Order: sequence, then structure tokens, then C-alpha cells
Amino acid sequence: MIHSLFLVNSSGDIFLEKHWKSVVSRSVCDYFFEAQERASEPENVPPVIPTPHHYLISVLRHRIYFVAVIQSEVPPLFVIEFLHRVVDTFQDYFGVCTEAAIKDNVVVVYELLEEMLDNGFPLATESNILKELIKPPTILRTVVNTITGSTNVGEQLPTGQLSVVPWRRTGVKYTNNEAYFDVVEEIDAIIDKSGSTITAEIQGVIDACVKLTGMPDLTLSFMNPRLLDDVSFHPCVRFKRWEAERILSFIPPDGNFRLLSYHVSSQNLHPLRSTSLVAIPVYVKHNITFREGSSQGRFELTLGPKQTMGKGVEAVLVNSQLPRGVLNTNLNPSQGTYTFDPVTKLLTWDVGKINPQKLPSLKGSMSLQAGASKPDENPTINIQFKIQQSALSGLKVNRLDMYGEKYKPFKGIKYMTKAGKFQVRT
Amino acid sequence: MLSMSTNNSSYNDQGGADSAVEIGQETTPTSNSGAGFGLFSTDFKKNDDLKEMLENNKESLKLEAMKRIVGLIAKGKNASELFPAVVKNVASKNIELKKLVYVYLVRYAEEQQDLALLSISTFQRALKDPNQLIRASALRVLSSIRVPIIIPIMMLAIKEAASDMSPYVRKTSAHAIQKLYSLDPDQKEHLIEVIEKLLKDKSTLVAGSVVMAFEEVCPERIDLIHKNYRKLCNLLVDVEEWGQVVIISMLTRYARTQFTSPWREDGVFDENSERAFYESDEEKTRDDTEIKPYTMDPDHRLLLRNTKPLLQSRNTAVVMSVAQLYWHLAPRNEVSIVTKSLVRLLRSHREVQYIVLQNIATMSIQRKGMFEPYMKSFYVRSTDATHIKSLKLEILTNLANEANISTILREFQTYVKSQDKQFAAGTIQAIGRCATNISEVTDTCLNGLVLLLSNRDETVVAESVVVIKKLLQAQPSQHSDIIKHMAKLLDNITVSMARASILWLIGEYCERVPKIAPDVLRKMAKSFTSEEDIVKLQTVNLAAKLYLTNSKQTKLLTQYILNLGKYDQNYDIRDRTRFIRQLIVPNEKSGALSKYARRILLAPKPAPVLESAYKDRDRYQLGTLSHTINTKASGYLELSDWPAVAPDQSVRNVEVIEPVRIHPSICTALFHFCPDSSQSSEESEKSSSQSEKSSSESDIEQKKKKKMKKPPQKKNVKPPNKDRYQSVMCKPNSWVGPGFGACVCVCDFSSCRMNLLRPHLFSRRLSVVISCVSGPAFVPEKSHNLLHRMTGKGLAAQYQFTRQPCLYQPNMVSVQISLTNTSDHRLEQIHIGERSPAGLKIHCFNTIEFLEPDASVTVSMGIDFNDSTQAANFQLCTKEDQFSVSIQPAVGDLFLAVTMTEQDFRKEQGKLQGMNECSATITVTAENTSSQPLNRRVAAMANVGVVPSGQDNVHRFAGKTACSGAVLLVTVELRESSAAVITINTEKSVMGSMLLRDLKKSLAQA
Repeated sequence: MIHSLFLVNSSGDIFLEKHWKSVVSRSVCDYFFEAQERASEPENVPPVIPTPHHYLISVLRHRIYFVAVIQSEVPPLFVIEFLHRVVDTFQDYFGVCTEAAIKDNVVVVYELLEEMLDNGFPLATESNILKELIKPPTILRTVVNTITGSTNVGEQLPTGQLSVVPWRRTGVKYTNNEAYFDVVEEIDAIIDKSGSTITAEIQGVIDACVKLTGMPDLTLSFMNPRLLDDVSFHPCVRFKRWEAERILSFIPPDGNFRLLSYHVSSQNLHPLRSTSLVAIPVYVKHNITFREGSSQGRFELTLGPKQTMGKGVEAVLVNSQLPRGVLNTNLNPSQGTYTFDPVTKLLTWDVGKINPQKLPSLKGSMSLQAGASKPDENPTINIQFKIQQSALSGLKVNRLDMYGEKYKPFKGIKYMTKAGKFQVRT
Repeated sequence: MLSMSTNNSSYNDQGGADSAVEIGQETTPTSNSGAGFGLFSTDFKKNDDLKEMLENNKESLKLEAMKRIVGLIAKGKNASELFPAVVKNVASKNIELKKLVYVYLVRYAEEQQDLALLSISTFQRALKDPNQLIRASALRVLSSIRVPIIIPIMMLAIKEAASDMSPYVRKTSAHAIQKLYSLDPDQKEHLIEVIEKLLKDKSTLVAGSVVMAFEEVCPERIDLIHKNYRKLCNLLVDVEEWGQVVIISMLTRYARTQFTSPWREDGVFDENSERAFYESDEEKTRDDTEIKPYTMDPDHRLLLRNTKPLLQSRNTAVVMSVAQLYWHLAPRNEVSIVTKSLVRLLRSHREVQYIVLQNIATMSIQRKGMFEPYMKSFYVRSTDATHIKSLKLEILTNLANEANISTILREFQTYVKSQDKQFAAGTIQAIGRCATNISEVTDTCLNGLVLLLSNRDETVVAESVVVIKKLLQAQPSQHSDIIKHMAKLLDNITVSMARASILWLIGEYCERVPKIAPDVLRKMAKSFTSEEDIVKLQTVNLAAKLYLTNSKQTKLLTQYILNLGKYDQNYDIRDRTRFIRQLIVPNEKSGALSKYARRILLAPKPAPVLESAYKDRDRYQLGTLSHTINTKASGYLELSDWPAVAPDQSVRNVEVIEPVRIHPSICTALFHFCPDSSQSSEESEKSSSQSEKSSSESDIEQKKKKKMKKPPQKKNVKPPNKDRYQSVMCKPNSWVGPGFGACVCVCDFSSCRMNLLRPHLFSRRLSVVISCVSGPAFVPEKSHNLLHRMTGKGLAAQYQFTRQPCLYQPNMVSVQISLTNTSDHRLEQIHIGERSPAGLKIHCFNTIEFLEPDASVTVSMGIDFNDSTQAANFQLCTKEDQFSVSIQPAVGDLFLAVTMTEQDFRKEQGKLQGMNECSATITVTAENTSSQPLNRRVAAMANVGVVPSGQDNVHRFAGKTACSGAVLLVTVELRESSAAVITINTEKSVMGSMLLRDLKKSLAQA
């Protein structure tokens, strides 16, 4: 399956290689570099590149390309999913997944890769199991290891590997037993010129941080489970129970994990209306014009809250890719700061919090290339924002119960709405 | 580069080792030979001190050195000259050091074959280590060092590991099979034997890896799957996610060879009109001849049913593989259940989107309806990568129909204005496709495209011209004004493809624009020399066509252009010019052909079909690499067509060796654990209706049902983790439509029963200890008194040994206790109190809150007898009273039956000689001389499994002790004149002699 792995940084250097079968010369990456040169943006490198004798499947994360070398037929998603899992593991172990972090921990990286694949086939990818095999590096442990000469490598087969609950290790102990759940919803929307919604969807996840002693068995129920249209679960969730009772019943892994991701279909939100209408929490008033023949353009942007259920809209960030003809901008924000990069033509406006009484606006002029004709398209505006303590779909957790252990855990649930791919066409 | 890649291809060949060495030296910068050597002299110094560190006695220094070496390997630097120093540390006690040495060995052993052999003995020793992790890693490394000399050693190690107790080691051996195969394909036959054995493994840990090995080594041996098909289907949900992908794709292939097509019946759903057309024809004729409606093979249904929950997996590869399984195997009207999940994947990473969109593109050509409701999910965002954008465009175009075209076109209008010009050009092509596919909007599209001709961006204009040309070709009659407009454009457009298109268009329809065409030719004659080749060719074409239709005005121009062409630098153009001249200018030599010149050049041409690039992709299995790159990848396995007649279905039946008697109490015990027993009861009802043939069992089913209907008071609070598996076991049958009937819903009875009796949780737990604990061959009905009703003040208790592996802990013996209230008042809080000896481990049943008068309840508990027949004493308490009771096991109840082959039996027996053997000669009664009654007698005495025996007069039985798992082997050899020798081999010699005594008594009895 996966023959070799090369890690390539943004400047096109291979800084790590690992082979699971015979050694494949790193010159195979030349095909990848060719494709990289051809692509205008780093994202445009095709994920699958056929070469005369191998196939290169790559993913781009944190500005590092993870290039896997394949020799024969394999489902490409299998490789892609695995590579992303590798990145997730690195992130989990080192906090960040950067070139420097990987280079600093090259031995742990190698040990991890060795455990994760055998003969190119995934062996242990569950973070809980890996952490029992190879302990994540911490400053304290490094110090202890140098003094006592003990190692990062576990000596026993992790219990999870063989038990009926492969995602949880046994013998977990905490003095403070706590379970936190974050319901995070992202709204993806496209708003057209006139302000009407073209598409809007809500994608949600429930991320959990569970630190509970022993083998707790949790159930989580919702006030309005019918909202959830399409769900995918962490393997720990009992599917049958969900099918029958719409209750999430599971033995949680230890630590952080994604319990559930879901999609809220717009039909469910408005049972009476068949068209899709997700509440859009912000609106944008814009007036961006270029005049023929003049070297000036007008730029006006005003943001305002709308259908936010009384919660404030925070951390608002606007960015927009202005047309190539724009040389520079002279804008005046009523709040926050704005930057314009004349090379990439990227306009960024860090708005902060929206005050409903005094709406933030960005007004001014753009100077255009002299003599060039007026750009025939207006830029798209991408908006990011956060709304705390509310899930846009109205999803509410009813209760969380624990069975199987005697102590009383501390439970916490947090809601948040974020902008996903929120675009306004002008 | 090219030569490099050819070398690469030989890596995996048998002789690949040598070539790899060379290449390694060629390509690594610090090789010992060649130029640039001096530059790296510092490296050599460094390596020297590494060598010193490795030879030091201090572990920490060695470890430090190894870490640095691994760093070198990671960077791709050559560290091979350290091999001798490193290999010495292979037997190090320090586990991290050892692991790093392994990493090094695997990397360089191929280059240093002789030195690598030094390490082999270490691994051979480690293969016998009691720690399964060490056994597994030794096998991993041993099989990873690609040294051909040790192939026999590897083979032996694999064979041994394949029957290891630990499923983890067995999994490793499955991986090793593939490694050995790639090293030496000649071992195939032997490896297939191992694969066959491992395929039978019931551990979910092994299943994925062995199927992987199967796919790699012998994908053509589909016969090996038959017997394991149902097991794999049932295990699937519990297999780890990577294994699921492999198993699903293998089962897809399998199903296409074994079942008949489910598609014929509902051709209505087939939107691919062509195929539907053919099929319906076929169908009619067939329906007339044989009136046999299609019924789906229950096994086919089983596969579809068991894969469906996996659509909810978080692993995108699993979701995709289920989607392709449904696409290739499910009846047409069921395929659409995968849509939602596929659309969900679009939220994932960019690379995932790319693959999923490609597959959706292929699917949407054949089945628009599947994705139409989700059309908006394919709207393009300005932040998408270019290849994602074009795929979305492709899908939107595929989805377009009369109803939604206006929405799509409005969306396309936005895209055309995109800053990404390549994407804008793609959109124009898409508009062109919509226009040809949907005749209602052709005019609208054409007008829109004409508007785009005044666009400022050249690529957009050029693309529009090309598309308009194609559209006009389809219906040229009404559009002479568009052609005129385009002729005007010729002055401004510089993109050669667009210019060529306009020229062709004018030439083709020159009769419609009689005034403009000669003028265009005039302009072109002027600029001919500075044009691109493709434009020159079309100019020549235009000249020729005009000459034929309007020779008066254009004769001179044509000759001028032909003269220019004659001396062009490009031979294509010279060629064309010569050809055209001969064709159109009549002279004495040309004769016959020039008569037809008009018909040749101005023949009506068929309009081009604007097709999706994904039209033919469906010849590859969805989700495969081949599908993505649209060429056959090496190692791609074709999906065969459905067979016209299904092959024998019975090959998948798994025969049961010994008739297993289902004990009613076992069923109750099982249903205690079932959180939603209503579901499973349905299942078992159906299975019972299936199993009319085995009548003895069906009345047991009846009993079971009765038991299940007991009030929920006895509902045991289950150990937390189990009901997931239980719930998995009870497959969802809610969505199986009522129309399918029992035969569809339920696989055959034997596999169902296997499921009921031994849900995965048993086998999984126990498989840690011993590979194959089988069900008991015999369960004694006899129950013993635990508490008489007089002494118990109305509470009566009886116990019996179920001889099942204990649910709670593998080393306990499970005991069934039935409690009856014979008094006239309700008894409350029945539970177990103090126990003696103090260390006695008992898994108690949960407190029974109350027991009504005349009611009885059966509970199960586990007792760890610690392999002795000492009685377990404890107190049975009610709310008011306490009664001391004791359970006295017979020696035979302390065992668990084990199945093994005769060969294994002999091997085990060989290990248990001398002290561990006791035997006796007895005279058996006449009736016990035949095998059936003898087997029954022995099985009644002790919980042992029958070992199939090659000899008639020798009967063998195997078991293991519940607590320590020590093997027990019983041999009964019948001699002449009703004499028999009983031999018992076991480490637990006390238990052995006790059992011998009991057996002697039992067999001598009439």
C-alpha cells in the first residue's frame, strides 16, 4: 500500500523521508515538484500525480506537503485519510505540526510512523493506543529520561489494542473528574449581490474533552435531536442506540476527541417552508464601484447584526481579494484595523465586535492602475465571526448521564457559532 | 530521471536487493564513491564518533548515538557504514534502543546482507518471548529485512505466528505474508495455506490484515472466501477502520461474481436511457419465457445490510468504500442512501473533496436524481482550489435539467466573472454543454455567450468563440448575425484557437454571409505570414471554400494565399496547400477528384457532441486509484460482470461439526445482556422460522422466547462496554422493507445461531488466551441443590454449570443459579453476602430487588475456582436472612472445550510427557465401544472438545483449564476385547488424575 513518505516544505525541500518497503529514491519527488511549479497556488497541486512507475498522493497541511508514494492500486481516499491522521497525530504530540517541530522530534516522529504503518498498512492510528506505545515528549519527561535513563517507549502491548474498547486505555485515574462538551456550529453561506441567500448550511461538531476515571459509560441526549440530519460518529458511539432512541451512548476515549459531526438540513429548521432558510447572523451593505476611464474606485462596506438571538457577534474579520487592477487603497475604518497588501491584493479588515448601535464601516477610495480598463468583476467578501453561547440551529443538549462509575463528574457544555465559508458576492 | 525510474521498478523484484544497493549509493549524497566525496568529510568524522558512542558501555550514549543515526536516515543521508556497530546492539535490553536498531536494520539490511544475518538469531529467540509485543515486533523486523537467504526462516516464523495465541501476533503474521510474497513470489502456494488458515480467524484484529494479504497474494482464489463470507460480513462493523476499507472492496468484487444482478427488475430507475433500452428489450423476452421474479440472495442482502451503518463512519475512506459498494451492488432504488454521506464528505479536507467530487461526477452522469436535491452543495466558492472548482462545474453541468437550468445558468453567470480566468473559461464550456443538452435554453445560452464576446479578457472571449462555434454547428440556420458579429471580432482577438474557430465558421457558412466572407479573407491574406499555424491552416481552408462558392471575387486572393502557403516553414501547411490546390484548381492532371471538391469540402458535418470528461470513467470501479487517474493502475482488479446464473449458494454454508444443543439458560443469560432484546427476538423468530428442518432446535427457540418475555426486573445491569457489541450483533432490520420477507432478512440459520451463542465479545476476550475456544459439546441438564426450600425459609436455589466461557472474566467458571420463591410472601433483596475462603473471587449477580411468591428467576454468576475442586462457600442473603451455601464443582466442569486439529494435538501431547501424563487401562462396557456414545460419555464427564481423529479406535479430546488456561488432552484408545487405555496429558497433574478416576468410573459403567 503506502510505500514511502516524503515531507516537503514550502520551499520545495525534502526534509524527512521514511520507507516502509524497499527504498524509493527521492528523485521520484521530481514529478511532484514539476506539478508544484505548474500550480499557481500551493492548493492547486493535484492530490494524485501519476508517474511512470509510482503514484504520488499528497496532502497539504500547515504548509507542509506530505507526499506518499504508492506502487499499485489502492483507494486514494485511504491514503489521504491516513496522511491526515498522521498530521493529526503529530499535532497531538507536538502541539503544532511545523517543520521545526518535526525536525526537533525526529526520533519520536520515526517511532510513530513505525507504529502507524506496517508494510504500508495502517497498524495503530488511535491516539490513545499510540500514547501508550510512545509517550508524547514533555519537558518534564525529557528531564526525567536523561536522569533515570528510562525511555519514551512502552514495553507492553497497549491494553486497548486487544480489548473490546480499543479507543480507551485502562486504568485511567483523575483526581478531578470532568467532562466538557463543545457544540460548535459553522455556517456556510453564499450571499449574492442583492443580499439574498443563495445557499446556507449549518455544519456542526461536538468536540469533547473527557477526563474521567475508570470505564465510564456516558449517555448524552438532546432536546431536539430531529434537527440533526446527517451524522458521523466517533467509533465509540453505539449506532444502534442512536437509531432507536436518538441518544448518544458511548464509552469515551480518554482526553480530547470529536464525538460527533452533523449537518443540519434547512428543511428541518423550517418545517413549514420548503426553501432553505438558515438564519444569517450578519448582513453586509456594500458599494464597490470602478469608474470607466478614471483611476479611482469607491469602496464602502458596512456590517450589521441580524438574527443573532440577542448574542453579540465577535471576532469579526473581513477579507477580500481585490481585482488585479487595484494599486492601492485609501480606506477609513470606523473601528478596527485594516491592511491591504499591494502585492497579493488582499484586503483584510479586523473588525472585532459589532456594536449594534454604531455599525462598523470601512469607506474610502481605491487607486487603480492608470490607463487600465475597469475590472469587470467585483471582489468577493469573505467574513469570519463568532457568536458565543449559542448554536445557530438551536440544538440543545438535554442531559448527560454517567453509568458504570460511582463518583460524580463535573460536566460542562458550551455552545458556539462560527462562520465557516461565509461569502458575500458583490 | 528516466533511467532512475526504471531502476525503481525493479526494487520489488526478487533480485531487487542488489540493484537497490547500487541506487542507494548513487542517490545518497554521502556515498563512499564518486565526486563530491571530499565535501562530506565532516560527516565521516561525525560517523566515527557515532561508532565510538555505539561501542561504549553506557546505554545512554548508545541511545544518543542511535537517535542521531535515525536523524540521518530521516534526512536521507547514508549511514550504512555504521552497520556493524549498530547491529551489535540488536539484543539490547533497553527497549527504545532496540526499536531504533530495528529501524536501522530494516532500512539497511538489504544493502548489508551478510552482516544482517548476525541479527537473525536474536529475532528467532524473540519470536518465542512470552510478551506478545516482543514476539510481534520480532516478526515484523524479521519479515521486513529483505534478505533472500532467510526466506525459509521467515516462512517458518510466519507459519508459527499464524497460530499464535495472541491475535496481535497473528495480525503481524498476516502483514508478513505480503512482505515475504513480494520478496519471493515462488512461496505463493505455502503462503496461500497460511492465508486460508488466517481467514478462518474470528478475531476482528486479524480480519482486515489477512484480507489485505489475500488481495495482494491470491485475489483470484475467490473460493477461499466462500466459507468466511458470512463471518466477514458479520464482523465488519467491529473491524478497525482501515481493515473495513479493504474488506469492503474485496467483498464488492466477490459479490459481483457470486450473485445475480439486482438491477434488471427496476429498469425504471435506470436513467441511462441507452442501457435501459437494451435491458428492457431483453427483459421482455425473458419475462415471457420464464416467469421467475428476482429475489435477492440472502447473502447479498446481508452484505448490503451490514455495510450500511458504516456510512456514518468518521473515516472518509470507509464512507467512500460503502458508497461504491452500494453503487456496484445495490438495487438501483437503494443506491441513493449513500448520497447524503457523500455530500457530507465535501466538508472535509481539500484532497478528500477532490476524490469525492470525482466520484460524484461519474455517478451524476448516470443518476442525476441522486444528487439533484443537493445541487447547492456544489456551488463554487471563490476560495476553492482550481481543480475543485472545475469538478464542481462538471457536476453542476451533469445535474442540469429543464427544471433547474435557470438556477444553474444564473450561478454560472457569476462564475464567468470570476477572477480565476481558467475557471471562467471552464464555465463557458459548461454553458455550452448545458445548451446542447437542454434544447430549451440553447438560444438563451447562445445570446449570453455572444455577450461575453465583448468581454475584456481574452481567454474568456476565446473560449466563448470556440463554444459558440460548436453550438452554431448544431443549428446554423438562424444565426447569420452572430457569425457576422464574430467576423468583426477577428480584428481584436489574438488567441489563435479563437481566430481559427471564427475562420472555420465563416468558411463553413460562407454562403450565409456572402459579403463579409471575402473581406475576411482579404484581411487574412494580409496578415497570413504572421499568424499561428492553426490559423494559417484555417485560412487556407476558408480560401478553398470561398473559391468553390464565390470564385469570382476570391480567385486571386486564394491563389495568393496558396502561394504563401506553398513556401511556409511548416510542412503541415505546405502539405495542406498542395492538397487544396490540386483539389480545387482544375488542371489536366487532377481530373476525377476535383469534380467532387465541393462535396468534399462543403459536406454537411455532424455537430460535435459536448460530452462530460467523466463519461467513460465508470469502466473503473468507483473509489479506486484507477478511477481517479483514468488509466488502469498496476494491480487494479477488474470488477467482473454479474453472472447470468448465480453460482451455487450453498458453498457459503458453514457446517457445524458437532450438533450444539442450545441450553435454554444460555439464551436467557445472553438476553440479559441485550439492551434491546425486542430486536433480537425478531431476529431469532425469523431464524426459527427458517430452521424448520432442525426441529429439535426450534422448540428450544420457543422456550427462549418465553424466557425473554419475563418482566424487566431481572434485567441485569450490564458491564458497561458490552452492549455496543451486542447492539451490533442485533443488526438493524427496521429498514428492511416488509416486502422482502424472511428469506431476505435473515441469513441462514447456522450463522445466526453462531452469532447468538457466541457474540464477538466472548470470542474476542478469550482469543487473547487461546485461539479457539469452542462451544461445549455437551451441557449437562443435571442441576444441583444449592439451598433447599425448607432451610431457605421458602427460598429455593439450584445451580448448574453452563460450561460456557464466563462472560465476566475469562478465568471464571460460569454458574447458572435458579432461584424460586416457594413461600407465600415476596422476598426482597436477594444477593450474595460473605464468602469463604476469603480470597475467593466471585462475580456476583446483581441484587434481585424482589421475587414474587411462586416466581422464579435465573441468574448467572462467575466463580474463580482457581483450578481446584475445593467448594466455593458463600452466603445467599435476603433482606431478612442469610443462608450459607456452597457450590462444589466436579473436576470436569473446570475445563473449557477447545477445538484443535489432530496435528496440533500431537504436538501439544509431545510437550506434555512424563510427569504430566497419567494413564490407566480399563474394561469398557460394550455400548461404549462405538464412537458416538463414547464421545458423549467423555463430554458429559468433562467439558472437552472432540478432536477429529484419523483412527477409528483412538478418540481424542481437548480442553483447557478455566483459570490458568493449561491444556488438557484426553486420549481413549480402544483395544481388543473391550479393553481401553485412557491417557491424560496436562500440566495440572492433580486435576489430571482426578479426571482419570472419574472417566474410569464413567466408561466402565453401563
